[in-house]
Amino acid sequence: MKEILKALINVFLKMPQGFVVTLKHVFKKPVTLDYPREKKPMAPRYRGRHYLERYEDGTERCVCCGLCAAACPADAIYMEPEETPNGERKAKVYEINLLRCIFCGFCEEACPEEAIFLGQEYEFSDFNRDSFIWRKEDMLVPHPRKDNPFKRIIRRVRRVYGVPDAAR
Amino acid sequence: MPEAKTVTINMGPQHPSTHGVLRVECELDGETVVKARPVIGYLHTGIEKTMESKLYYKAIPCTDRMDYLAPMSNNLGFVLAVEKLMEIEVPEKVKWARVCLTELTRVASHLVWLGTHALDIGAMSMLLYTFRERELIIDIYEACAGQRMMSTYFRIGGLSDDLPRDFDKKVRNIIKVIPERMKDYEALLTNNQIFINRTKGVAVISAEDAINWSLSGPMLRGSGVKHDLRKANPYSGYENFDFEIATGTNGDAYDRYLLRLKEIRQSLRIAQQALDGMPEGPYRAHVPGVVLPPKEDVLHKMESMIFHFKIITEGFKSPRGQVYQAIEAPKGELGFFISSDGTNRPNRVRVRPPSFCNLAALPALCEGRLFADVVVAIGSIDIVLGEVDR
Repeated sequence: MKEILKALINVFLKMPQGFVVTLKHVFKKPVTLDYPREKKPMAPRYRGRHYLERYEDGTERCVCCGLCAAACPADAIYMEPEETPNGERKAKVYEINLLRCIFCGFCEEACPEEAIFLGQEYEFSDFNRDSFIWRKEDMLVPHPRKDNPFKRIIRRVRRVYGVPDAAR
Repeated sequence: MPEAKTVTINMGPQHPSTHGVLRVECELDGETVVKARPVIGYLHTGIEKTMESKLYYKAIPCTDRMDYLAPMSNNLGFVLAVEKLMEIEVPEKVKWARVCLTELTRVASHLVWLGTHALDIGAMSMLLYTFRERELIIDIYEACAGQRMMSTYFRIGGLSDDLPRDFDKKVRNIIKVIPERMKDYEALLTNNQIFINRTKGVAVISAEDAINWSLSGPMLRGSGVKHDLRKANPYSGYENFDFEIATGTNGDAYDRYLLRLKEIRQSLRIAQQALDGMPEGPYRAHVPGVVLPPKEDVLHKMESMIFHFKIITEGFKSPRGQVYQAIEAPKGELGFFISSDGTNRPNRVRVRPPSFCNLAALPALCEGRLFADVVVAIGSIDIVLGEVDR
């Protein structure tokens, strides 16, 4: 008798608690996204694909000092320097092997010229392995910029310095 | 020819409920397990050796990839070990931020455990609910560090960047939301007769055995041993926080489930205290030549620039010596042993992974039990094969 009573309590009182939870979710909005069509905005500090920054006049910021290559834990960066006609140093070859890259962001942290930064894009799939070795031309930001340059500068400043105290 | 009494079968390495590439050689007599032997090494990546070949600061991303469900805890363990070796004192704010983030990591890790363990037993919807809540914590990783799983947020002597502006708001939201959602989990599982039948009295280990097997974390506390490194050997300012050590009584899978739920609540409590008492201050220690100077100084001051170049290219010379630093990771005691020979690379790094030591007790948990209980035993140990094999 006791066994039967226990079973009855289980079936009619305890188990339905769980059913109520699952039933409640029928009426809730789904939290999932319809991914390739809908995309989540990534955080400002998100470490996606690499960009090489330019000065306002379009010259490259990178001076090929090699700190990013030294800081890279995966040894994914290769570079060769050259000298411009007016005596400045710049990169002749700058390659990042995206198959080796672990997107740790150490290159961005190491760069003393703020030349390299990691952007928001994260979809890299391709059929060809060679296409994952990105050269300088693939990573340089377009000049003149298509989007509002002011926004990007603000974002970079925020990424590097954090948010100013007044904005807290 | 004598008739064979037992049958040896393989569970894994490609078995959905072994949580990765674990192989268990089971010797069965009918449906009863006579012998169970975990076979590991399928995910061996040589992380310890890789860390030895790298400068100290470059070894931090390697630690993320061990226990990939709790990256911040792994970072903390290694970073604290190096700070102990270099005798660096970090600012108060860094300590509190680290505590807050590692406690959130514990919540995230336990949520994944809860989802997958329930899924192994047959409760499908738990996984969906717990991953929904984990997403909130992953969002915080993304806002702080910029990556959703391999965060690499902690640096030797501080953090990689200041806490983001909306950190406080986001964490407070989590502290509010998760306890409410946990009522749903409890409604689904705690009184569910199927779940109770599958877990109560299964994978039992006594307190004495648990100590003899050198178990740690929820596996040890589930048997009633009140041992938690956060209390027993406080690190990173844990002595300032008020929390209770959750313990179980019977040492079975059901007790460990209840215990992990309690731990989530305690972790949120610690995170709340860390937020309330978060001091202002720099996010990196000022130790020239060891800790990277702030970026604004690098751009404007010659001295900082020189230190920046030196640290990144050569690292820093560590004093000769050996350190061992253990932290209470979500899965148990995570220890880093670093032996230094005075160069800029560690001479030997040895990790004491909680999953590995806890997995060793698997035969004791499931021998003499039914074969279906092996799944419960593996699930309740809470292993991550990336950490077991390293």
